[in-house]
Amino acid sequence: MNRTEIAIALFTLVHKEIRRFMRIWVQTLVPPAITMTLYFVIFGNLIGSRIGEMGGFDYMQYVVPGLIMMSVITNSYANVASSFYSHKFQHCVEEILVSPMPNWVILFGFVIGGAVRGILVGILVSLLSLFFTKLQVDNLFVTILVIILTALLFALAGFINGIFANKFDDIAIIPTFILTPLTYLGGVFYSLDLLPDFWRAVSMVNPIVYMVNAFRYGILGVSDVDVYFSIGMIGFFVVIFTVFSLWLLNRGVGIRQ
Amino acid sequence: MALALSVKNLKKRYKGGVEALKGITFEVEQGDFFALLGPNGAGKSTAIGIISSLMNKSEGSVEIFGHDIDVSLSKAKKEIGLVPQEFNFNQFETVYSILITQAGYYGIPASRAKVNTEKYLRALGLWEKRDSPSRMLSGGMKRRLMIVRALIHEPKLLILDEPTAGVDIELRRTMWTFLEDLNKKGTTIILTTHYLEEAESLCRTIAIIDEGKIIRNGSMSSLLKQLNVETLVLDLKEPLSEAPKLDGYVCSRVNDYTLNVEVDIEEGVNKLFALLTERGIKVTSLRNKANRLEELFIRLVNKQDTFSP
Ligand SMILES: Nc1ncnc2c1ncn2[C@@H]1O[C@H](COP(=O)(O)OP(=O)(O)OP(=O)(O)O)[C@@H](O)[C@H]1O
Ligand SMILES: [Mg+2]
Repeated sequence: MNRTEIAIALFTLVHKEIRRFMRIWVQTLVPPAITMTLYFVIFGNLIGSRIGEMGGFDYMQYVVPGLIMMSVITNSYANVASSFYSHKFQHCVEEILVSPMPNWVILFGFVIGGAVRGILVGILVSLLSLFFTKLQVDNLFVTILVIILTALLFALAGFINGIFANKFDDIAIIPTFILTPLTYLGGVFYSLDLLPDFWRAVSMVNPIVYMVNAFRYGILGVSDVDVYFSIGMIGFFVVIFTVFSLWLLNRGVGIRQ
Repeated sequence: MALALSVKNLKKRYKGGVEALKGITFEVEQGDFFALLGPNGAGKSTAIGIISSLMNKSEGSVEIFGHDIDVSLSKAKKEIGLVPQEFNFNQFETVYSILITQAGYYGIPASRAKVNTEKYLRALGLWEKRDSPSRMLSGGMKRRLMIVRALIHEPKLLILDEPTAGVDIELRRTMWTFLEDLNKKGTTIILTTHYLEEAESLCRTIAIIDEGKIIRNGSMSSLLKQLNVETLVLDLKEPLSEAPKLDGYVCSRVNDYTLNVEVDIEEGVNKLFALLTERGIKVTSLRNKANRLEELFIRLVNKQDTFSP
């Protein structure tokens, strides 16, 4: 395929992915908005007012960046995992496999589609948070970079999950048993300073810690870890996951017998 | 003549250990109308799956218009249009958007995609259904949708895996005309079907595959010439309790009023009627038990484990 053809193919796939989650917006956009509003009300207002300061900010302000990040993570992941799995389930992945699209276009198509949903939900949640707190951005560049890299990273992870999934349960297991615990323990709700030394050291191997903190740095200017190291880590994982996904696609794992 | 498809020593072993293809080799010339025939489970869909790169092969090579799928896969894929045996489109998308999306996957710009979509939807009588979600189409319409989808990038080689399964007689005839037309305009066509009459009337070359091996391959006419025996069915005026023994013919009684007679083509039927008249057996009507390809097929693929009583 020449460049124009590749551009058309990529656009087609991204466009289709976006149309898919837009068409079922009640399942894809509304639930995270509701959940996060509940978090804002409960953790921010009701309980947060009793917690007092965290990292030099009132608790509501502190927790909002974490919650935005959490919605970006879960939605990018869920979008690609369920879309790719349902392409397999309905066999319409074959429409893609018979076409001359290179594998990287297939990967990027799904991943960009998922990242767009993650970012869109992130924006939605940010707007909702304005009803509860003021949201100023300390470092716009870091904020945008981190949100995009994180969305891409979890879209990639969702893709890998979709490739290995053989039944619908398989795309629920990883989020339930791995993603949610890592997110909750990833410093969304608290500063790592609160932890005893041992648990703080353990937390440092949790990649989500770096994303949440880098993003919080972008918004508030505070972080438990070095920001540029964090961004480097996220970038590094994006590369690793991309290479791994392409390897899986080239071998036909989960899609070609 | 250039080759549209060349398959060499193709083998496929599935994960469970089933050896679906045991080394098949065949070629399809450009412009040909080719039938890939064989009983259920013979390996037809497996072969097609590998040719269209939906499946990995275990061994062997496939070339499409000279493009080896191991070397220039993308070029090979561009030349193929596939109508698979099972429905495989998104149930929630409309007919129109399925087609435009498929064209996009091939890198076809929207303007040309729209032209092709309308052209082929109209040709196959689906234009009125363009805004229906695909799940609301009837079985026959779904098959036609898959044909339109396979043609959207105007491939040089069209592969159809049982395109007429579950399609009514009238529609089947229009499909035949459509495919013949397409073939006349230069598209090479490979077809699998269990309606042998269909293969006999459409195709010029056949390969018969059984248990993962090709047991016959050649032009339709040369294969049919190999058939030296035909079975005739005779309807009788008066009941017969026992099959008569006729010199040079093998007779078997189906029921009181029906007799099957195997006739050697060299021998002809004149003598048969003389013998029947001699015995006072009155025949009211006569027909071929099967069409010729069917007869050949049944003789080649004669299994012990079929469910005939
Ligand atoms: N996914 C699979 N896993 C394991 N074995 C398979 C798979 N698909 C097909 N087979 C086996 O491979 C053999 C060939 O199957 P195939 O579908 O190619 O036959 P076919 O000639 O298309 O038959 P039909 O006329 O019924 O469509 C069969 O024994 C079948 O059971
Ligand atoms: Mg089949």
